[in-house]
Amino acid sequence: MISILDFSREDLEYLFERADYYSTQLGRKLRVLEGRVVALAFFEPSTRTRFSFEVAAKRLGADVVGFGAAEGTSVEKGENLADTVKMLEAYADLIVIRHRLEGAAKFAAEVSEDPVVNGGDGRQHHPTQAMIDLYTVRKLFGDVDGLKYAVVGDLKYGRAAASFIYGLSLYRPAEVYLVSPPELRARPEVLEVLRERGVRYREVSSLDEAIEEVDVVYMTRVQKERFRDPSEYERVKGSYRLTLEHLARAKRGMKVLHPLPKVDEIELAVDRTEYAAYYYQASLGVPLRMALLALILGGE
Amino acid sequence: MVSELMEVRRVRDGVVIDHLPAGTALEVLKLLKLGEGARVVVLMNVESSKLGRKDVVKVEGRRLSNDELVALSLLAPGATVNTVEEYRVVSKVRATPPEEVRGFLRCPNLTCITNQEREPIKTVFRRRSERPLSYYCTYCGTVLSGPEIVRNIRA
Repeated sequence: MISILDFSREDLEYLFERADYYSTQLGRKLRVLEGRVVALAFFEPSTRTRFSFEVAAKRLGADVVGFGAAEGTSVEKGENLADTVKMLEAYADLIVIRHRLEGAAKFAAEVSEDPVVNGGDGRQHHPTQAMIDLYTVRKLFGDVDGLKYAVVGDLKYGRAAASFIYGLSLYRPAEVYLVSPPELRARPEVLEVLRERGVRYREVSSLDEAIEEVDVVYMTRVQKERFRDPSEYERVKGSYRLTLEHLARAKRGMKVLHPLPKVDEIELAVDRTEYAAYYYQASLGVPLRMALLALILGGE
Repeated sequence: MVSELMEVRRVRDGVVIDHLPAGTALEVLKLLKLGEGARVVVLMNVESSKLGRKDVVKVEGRRLSNDELVALSLLAPGATVNTVEEYRVVSKVRATPPEEVRGFLRCPNLTCITNQEREPIKTVFRRRSERPLSYYCTYCGTVLSGPEIVRNIRA
């Protein structure tokens, strides 16, 4: 499972149904994956994704092994990815991998006989995050189709944003605003998928151009390090920061999503408004990942 | 007159690479590493019914390997390679850009897993469009088109 584009809309709908079911089972320890071992190979730091996979696997009755950073493992001694994956394959039944290089999860899936789930590869894919995002929209609005979206921030290097855009292309959104500084626009291959699938999109340079129109604002962070000229960052950062002032102009019922962690791209006061849906979104991570693991390993 | 001149330079045993887009002949020489000592005839900007203007490269005492044919197809899609023995064309192959190119191109994205020297991995590029010719890396999605393709052929 490398990319959200490996899934059809029907696959996702089925997954969401199962996630609904697992949401009702969170208080108990299930035995769906009893005797199974899930390996978490996080070569790059993560808290949310790793913990929610771990909790999901444990709630299903699986055992969990793995590491949360390359430090302290044989990788630090110079072992290559292929050998590390081979070793995990021998111990576990499924491997979740996060890696800083694009294509690492695909390569791991080629090396391993076990199923591999991509927990984020470089700037490229973060498919389980996109599943959570789409699931959140469906829970909030009843449907993903027909809504207007703004995807805000670093669309060039941000894998969550790219995966969410790919995910939307499986549906029929009314319009997708891609809001980013010109130097951080979505990559050509991402735009190509939108064009191929007939998704209406518009690339704009400020949240102001989209805020009054949209039903969902998907925020991500614009990182200072991405700019060659720091003064350029200072100049544009306000255009990609969501504030109460934006909310005053937004549609009633508009919702703000964010893959988290967030830093300062959303004004703190926004957290306490009815627009903020990101904590709810994060809470869906466990049931969704339970559904996914059960589908892959439990043969549901 | 022109045809007589070409007659003089007929290849006895070797290859005639025809229908090269005008201006690509020198690139082809580079690609085939035809340096000192090679007996080569280069025709540039000659008239062609198909292309308007074309280049032709004739090489004595040489054949093209499969890899070279793939490389040629990436540089000059649609070129034809005639193999000549005793002044006669014994085979004619069209250099068609393959749908998938394995191990042959380098991915210019430095954070692509295929650029890790210590991993047992080869690049796989898939054709994205024929005109203009472009490919994408199946590992990281990076798109190569036009001169970038040739620039990223592995030495």
